[in-house]
Amino acid sequence: MAEIILNDQNFENEVLKSEVPVLVDFWAPWCGPCKMMGPIVEEVAKELEGQPVKVAKLNVDEAAATAEKYNVMSIPTFKIFKGGQVVDEFVGIQNKEEIKNRLEKAKK
Amino acid sequence: MYDLIIVGSGPAGLTAAIYAARRALKVLVLGKETGGQAVYASKVENYPGLGLVPGFELMQKIAEQAKTVGAEIIATEAKEILKDGEKFEIKDKDGEVFEGRAVILAFGAVPRKLGIPDEDRFKGCGISYCATCDAPFYKNKVVAVVGGGNAALDAAILLSKFAKKVYLIHRRDGFRAEEARINEIKSLSNVEIVLSSEVKGLGGDKKICSLAVESVSGGEKREVEVNGVFVEIGHIVESDFVKKLVALDENQQIIINQKNETNFSGVFAAGDATTVPYKQIVIAAGEGAKAALSAYAYLQKTKINK
Repeated sequence: MAEIILNDQNFENEVLKSEVPVLVDFWAPWCGPCKMMGPIVEEVAKELEGQPVKVAKLNVDEAAATAEKYNVMSIPTFKIFKGGQVVDEFVGIQNKEEIKNRLEKAKK
Repeated sequence: MYDLIIVGSGPAGLTAAIYAARRALKVLVLGKETGGQAVYASKVENYPGLGLVPGFELMQKIAEQAKTVGAEIIATEAKEILKDGEKFEIKDKDGEVFEGRAVILAFGAVPRKLGIPDEDRFKGCGISYCATCDAPFYKNKVVAVVGGGNAALDAAILLSKFAKKVYLIHRRDGFRAEEARINEIKSLSNVEIVLSSEVKGLGGDKKICSLAVESVSGGEKREVEVNGVFVEIGHIVESDFVKKLVALDENQQIIINQKNETNFSGVFAAGDATTVPYKQIVIAAGEGAKAALSAYAYLQKTKINK
């Protein structure tokens, strides 16, 4: 599963109207820890191929309105959306297993 | 069974991994955050040979090099280290056990927290330990920076470019930073310097909206309205999990000698987690190399003795 690249236009369709839980990685190119997380989130996406979840990235510079709407004040921030609502969120560097566990929980 | 297990994956741990793997040791690196604190540096300008490089890019390269020469890196947190006969057993946060014949402790330091109520609750909602990451979210907002060293002044200088007002709050009556930075801070019209004062509390519902600031002498109290707080009050070594194994100094740093040996045979240490003076990327890397060579010598010796 490839990561979905989000912007202010496709956020509603890809995330809020998604039938499955969506992990959104809020990041920016000027944020070191975000760049370290990049390949880890990519691996999560690959390893969850075929499962009823989506993995998406949102560049806070390019989708500033959405980042602001969801009160992102610190990056990297991860939010899991389900049925249009935020069901889980965590801030800072995470390991792959932690992210997968949290997504697993959101599936239930 | 590994020859060498390195706890920590910053400059010290990864450089130790490169040196050890190149001596044909079977090496495992256990690290919470690959790259360590250096990842948070927007730019590194004093690593020889590289000119100006973003911290994460430098660390990515070093991690890549460690893997290329044969080190295995697992992202996890070591929680307990025990000696069982000839081998060390390292248990991680999930209870998994890794076995090695020698250990290098290179787990670095973490940002010191303010230590006040609600600090964790506001993480990501107004409390930040990384000005480089989060400054752009505070365009035309009011923020406070807590601290008085180079890192605090750098954060305040960066934030002054985004925020409409920056309070720089420090508990001493003067800064402990480079003169050039102090002069720059004083020249910035939107930075208000608040000395001899401490942050005692955070106010707000979902996001921070105010700070309770109190003068160190206890006399004066004020409520400052802010949208965010940047904490830059130094780092601490989280060495509790090894305190039964190795000797620590009064700052919880691991005591080492010139060969990076701890008081426990077979356990070496390197980088910011140790008593080595000057916490710098290039120094941590050099210390990692020394620790790896000492560990190699130790392993050679124990092999012969068998």
